[in-house]
Amino acid sequence: MQAFRPLGAELRSDFPVLDQQVRGKPLIYLDNAATTQKPRRVIDALSRFYERDNSNVHRGLHELSNRATAQYEEARERVARYIGAPSAETIIFTRGTTEGINLVANSWGARNIGPGDGILLTEMEHHSNIVPWQLLAERTGARIDWVPVIGDEGLPDAAALKEKLERRPKIFAFVHVSNSLGVVNPAAEWCAMARAHGVATLVDGAQSAGHMPVDVREIGCDFFVFSGHKTCGPTGIGALYGRAEMLEAMPPWQGGGEMISRVGFDRTAFKAPPHRFEAGTPDIAGAIGLGVALDYVHDLGRDRIFEHDAGLASDAAERLTGIPGMRLLGPKRGRAGLVSFALEGVHAHDVVSLANEEGIALRGGHHCTQPLMRKLGLASTARASFYIYNTPAEVERLVEAVAKIQKFFQR
Amino acid sequence: MNLSELYQEIILDHARRPLNRGELENATVTVPAENPSCGDELTLQLRVADGRIEDVRFTGQGCAICMASASMMTRAIKGKPSAEAGALFQQVHDGVQGRGEMPKGEISALGGVREFPQRVKCALLAWEALREALGLRKSSGGVVTTEEG
Repeated sequence: MQAFRPLGAELRSDFPVLDQQVRGKPLIYLDNAATTQKPRRVIDALSRFYERDNSNVHRGLHELSNRATAQYEEARERVARYIGAPSAETIIFTRGTTEGINLVANSWGARNIGPGDGILLTEMEHHSNIVPWQLLAERTGARIDWVPVIGDEGLPDAAALKEKLERRPKIFAFVHVSNSLGVVNPAAEWCAMARAHGVATLVDGAQSAGHMPVDVREIGCDFFVFSGHKTCGPTGIGALYGRAEMLEAMPPWQGGGEMISRVGFDRTAFKAPPHRFEAGTPDIAGAIGLGVALDYVHDLGRDRIFEHDAGLASDAAERLTGIPGMRLLGPKRGRAGLVSFALEGVHAHDVVSLANEEGIALRGGHHCTQPLMRKLGLASTARASFYIYNTPAEVERLVEAVAKIQKFFQR
Repeated sequence: MNLSELYQEIILDHARRPLNRGELENATVTVPAENPSCGDELTLQLRVADGRIEDVRFTGQGCAICMASASMMTRAIKGKPSAEAGALFQQVHDGVQGRGEMPKGEISALGGVREFPQRVKCALLAWEALREALGLRKSSGGVVTTEEG
């Protein structure tokens, strides 16, 4: 019996890609932490833009350019509303989470990080929230410190976090929901602690923005980044929220058209945020598609989405535990909508290949969290990540398939 | 489950009980190899004398395809002239990518990865290490050659 209320399976018909067979079986798409599928209305919004309104933004005086600009800037407002940002001026369009973090590391980092300064991360970070900081540390002589995670549950070490914040690093950058463990970090609590010590905060919302209510003012972070494509939107578009005072004090990080107010042969004056950080022609159609996607997700109700995804994942975790040799990662309580596991004697790649034969799309590998995997003594895990269109029946098929795979290798 | 092509019994046997696994004493060449897409790591060690592979061993872990491939490879090249091992590398390299016939014998079972392009790297990890160990291409770093022994 489910202890949660799943979303209605009728919304599956909003997603054209789901209606297909893989290896002669109905597709069961459980790789949503990598990217989610797109509803028809997002796909339509992209073609509609290119068919009727395609034009460049902000510089044309003609009808199509006016339309494109209006839709692009309206999308910015939708993003602001979606994450509770105070104004559209605090939203910068990026290519995704990775670019958002690189923007902060390069622009804010250039102005605020020097030799010996601390950058605090957690051990459960995705490579995208590790490598930009390592590059910055190499350039500036800053040092990176890590909040440890404890055991297979992967919960952060709260005492160590407190102690490390007391050492006053310049910034604390952390993942809101871990993509390889399913841990949900207490973002508001952490940001309040950081603020009390004068530490800036960046929240990596790649796995939270599409799955749970997010309000950047409630969280109280300085920066929040997420990707459109993990939130029903197109690939190649995402957003960075920055607190207005932070953005205003930050230098440009890429130069080009669109971000200047006046260019001379000897010097150039830059626009105010957000346009200061958007050099060149942006992904206009992508931004418009993202706005449509966020409205779609918002209308479903993000509380309900979290209940649905987390409910499916908890069900899956509970049933998978019964399979011999099963090692489940992630918290026993409060798990987000994904399950990462290692099966004794069976490599994750073999699990994924065999699941594919059942029409099930899983991810197998290190999930771009190699330092964490090494700490857990694992080269890789298999991961099932759930979203709004997955069903309890699909969880059953997953568990049956994994049980079958385990037998296949033990025979 | 229709995986007879990929997971033939011979592959599973080798994967469960790989041959020539462990450290090789008096190795003349040691090559670490890594599949960055999955993090699998493997280290191949050879003892080569007078143009002949006297002994070979490997350490590391990987998926069934990767382990079986390493196991079969060590069996096939042990005691063989380096030139022969090099030719076998080329044949397997082309064969698993559908650009030629697989060698006869148990190694032919690796040909199943043709149907699974994402798994070609798994099947080739040990063989790429062999290529480097035999000096068939310029080292891209990570090669340690010890001349004694």
